[in-house]
Amino acid sequence: MDFHDTSEEAAFRAELRAWLSEHWAGRPLEGGRGDFDALRRWGGELYKAGYVGLTWPSEYGGRGLSPTYQAIYLEEMSRANAPGHPGVIGLNMAGPTIIAWGTPEQKKRYLRPLLDGSEIWCQGFSEPGSGSDLASGRTSAVLDGDHWVVNGQKVWSSYAHKADFCILVVRTDPSAAKHAGLSYLIVDMHAPGVTVRPLVQITGDPEFNEIFFDDVRVPRSSILGSPGDGWKVAMTTLLHERGTLGFALSAELERMVNQLIKLVKEPGPDGRRPADDPVIRDAVAREWIEMQSLRFTNYRSLTTLLETGIPGPEGSGVKLAWSEANQRLTSLAQSLFGLTGLVSDEAPWNGFWQYWQLRSRGNTIEAGTSEILRNIIAERVLGLPKGR
Amino acid sequence: MDFAFSEEQEQLRGFAREFLASRYDDARLAEIADSSTGVDEDVWPKLASMGWLDQDLTFLDQAVLFEETGHRPLPAPYFSTVALAAPALDADTGKRIASGTLRATLAWAEPGRPQALLDPVETSVADGRLTGVKTLVPDGAVADLFVVVAADGLYAVEAADAEVTPHPTIDGTRRVADVRFSSAPARALASGEEARVLLGRIRDRAYAALALEGVGVAQRALDLLVAYAKEREQFGKPIGVYQAVSHKASNVYVRLQEARSLAYWAAWCVSEDDEMARQACLAAKALAGSAAVFACENAIQGHGGIGFTWEHVLHRYYKRAQWLAAFDGSERAQRAEVAAFLLD
Ligand SMILES: Cc1cc2nc3c(=O)[nH]c(=O)nc-3n(C[C@H](O)[C@H](O)[C@H](O)COP(=O)(O)OP(=O)(O)OC[C@H]3O[C@@H](n4cnc5c(N)ncnc54)[C@H](O)[C@@H]3O)c2cc1C
Repeated sequence: MDFHDTSEEAAFRAELRAWLSEHWAGRPLEGGRGDFDALRRWGGELYKAGYVGLTWPSEYGGRGLSPTYQAIYLEEMSRANAPGHPGVIGLNMAGPTIIAWGTPEQKKRYLRPLLDGSEIWCQGFSEPGSGSDLASGRTSAVLDGDHWVVNGQKVWSSYAHKADFCILVVRTDPSAAKHAGLSYLIVDMHAPGVTVRPLVQITGDPEFNEIFFDDVRVPRSSILGSPGDGWKVAMTTLLHERGTLGFALSAELERMVNQLIKLVKEPGPDGRRPADDPVIRDAVAREWIEMQSLRFTNYRSLTTLLETGIPGPEGSGVKLAWSEANQRLTSLAQSLFGLTGLVSDEAPWNGFWQYWQLRSRGNTIEAGTSEILRNIIAERVLGLPKGR
Repeated sequence: MDFAFSEEQEQLRGFAREFLASRYDDARLAEIADSSTGVDEDVWPKLASMGWLDQDLTFLDQAVLFEETGHRPLPAPYFSTVALAAPALDADTGKRIASGTLRATLAWAEPGRPQALLDPVETSVADGRLTGVKTLVPDGAVADLFVVVAADGLYAVEAADAEVTPHPTIDGTRRVADVRFSSAPARALASGEEARVLLGRIRDRAYAALALEGVGVAQRALDLLVAYAKEREQFGKPIGVYQAVSHKASNVYVRLQEARSLAYWAAWCVSEDDEMARQACLAAKALAGSAAVFACENAIQGHGGIGFTWEHVLHRYYKRAQWLAAFDGSERAQRAEVAAFLLD
């Protein structure tokens, strides 16, 4: 057991800190994620400096480092209050899935533009009739010569309105059993027949979208795995969505705890500092403890990953616990403002807490609802009998 | 960053688990807990011969043992001797512990005043003789030696020179006692600032040890809940198919993992004397104590009526969990200190 950085890790951390202090001037507080194009340029800068795709193979533009470096990167970014690369779906889901399942041509074509932020990806899994029960999807793809012809509708697709490509789960064999009839395509979002309609979230932001597919012709080669492998390939994506994102989540929680600490030290609307109220002090300490517990759970899971090649099961609860912590924390912050916190135009902290409190309600729904995550832990980690 | 215990430590864990499971099945544990003393009188020399009481064990070696003695409670003053008393004792007394001839504990709290480990006390020493009244002394009735917190430092007093009144305690294998010292011969161990620092370290160590025990307790409660949810059938199905039951297990699992991560972090910080040791131990104690209670309460609920009986082993764990959580103040007390680090 040793929690110190190795000398290489310490050097990497120091180098990143120095780079950030030179290139990152701090960010204004905002009630949202900020300007997407600016974030995209920032992503390009991060890539040029060598901080994107740290764990990816070097032949595709990555650095071939161990996941420990990704953890350090995420921690330092959050401590500097610097935003990450905006291509989250590409970096965390599409990319790792392509690395695992893609042909050499696919890796060559897609990975580098994804790293430097020049191409943005979205995820087309959920459908109006198919959310938690992902394998029940009905969007279809039928082979016609050298093309798949795609018809159907996806929904809740984050960043689809900015995206160049979509990882799409489709039904290619309606006669096969539920899971066996699925395939996994890469679809050009600019192709004829693709229509994106933004959906406004409870925050007021149109961050996710409906996608309609009308006889969209997708090259036959734009498939990951073989026809019928869709479920297995999608599981690779979800493993990355729910698993290795752990560090991003604990780092994000660290950033929020730091903001909360700042907030409670300021005088509230009644002129008193929340930091002098024992109830608030207790709640702040609780979230700091929670954050540390998730951070070290990630490290524990990482140790297992480095030893065995498979992340430890202990990490499976991180998203679940993080989402609830983030909800508690942001609600606590909002509660300090009273009604002032609900004003839209002159909201305290420039709407930062108002936005993130509302946004946090999505945390227990996106990337697998908390109920589904509890089912997964019960069935796959604890070996309890399946409820369905 | 390497979170794994060494191969030797994992071996020690395996060995401890086997030893404890074979010596204390649930029925035997219950018998000892309900006995007049609540301890297994014969086990102490055995612990010595297995090397569990050696002075050269690192805190990470001991960490493995604390966790395992939570998973299968060891009815002996292991925690009191190793975590509370030994760090204050000289090498010669340490040898008596290692040889299996001495059991010790720490006496700090006094009746009618604040009783946290670092609160000031009245007990005083004059001409090498110690006078004072201590209460809530863990394993006080089975210790051979007391490390006593006095106003000006720490002292060692032989149990033969004290008047001990045992209290029945709901955790039958870790009872507390009142101890009265009337001009008892006392040997100085540390004084002034040195004593204060030492007591702070003992507290860190105790918090880490209790957090590790809590992890063991929560793990056993979860094991029992999961096993029962697979085997017990109602409405024609194992109750584990019902989410109201299975989600309890999942929630316990998540809390347990958090507790384990913090407990290991705290253990490492103690063994390395890391600058974050104080915060890590506070965090671990707060979260693991409540996680152990949470695990037991969910396991009791998931067992229905049988879980509410004296006969079932769960209440033994529940009471141990309460002991851990209550030690030196509830999680709120630890969080108040964490808050001071963060906010003041
Ligand atoms: C902010 C946000 C971003 C998203 N981004 C994307 C994206 O980019 N791409 C994408 O494909 N999808 C995305 N989603 C969709 C998300 O994955 C789904 O909303 C989620 O999987 C739930 O599906 P559903 O909405 O159909 O709800 P349903 O599955 O209908 O669930 C409704 C309720 O029933 C519960 N429930 C369902 N089944 C069970 C069960 N077996 N046991 C217990 N409870 C059950 C659920 O937990 C939930 O509370 C996003 C969602 C949000 C909120």
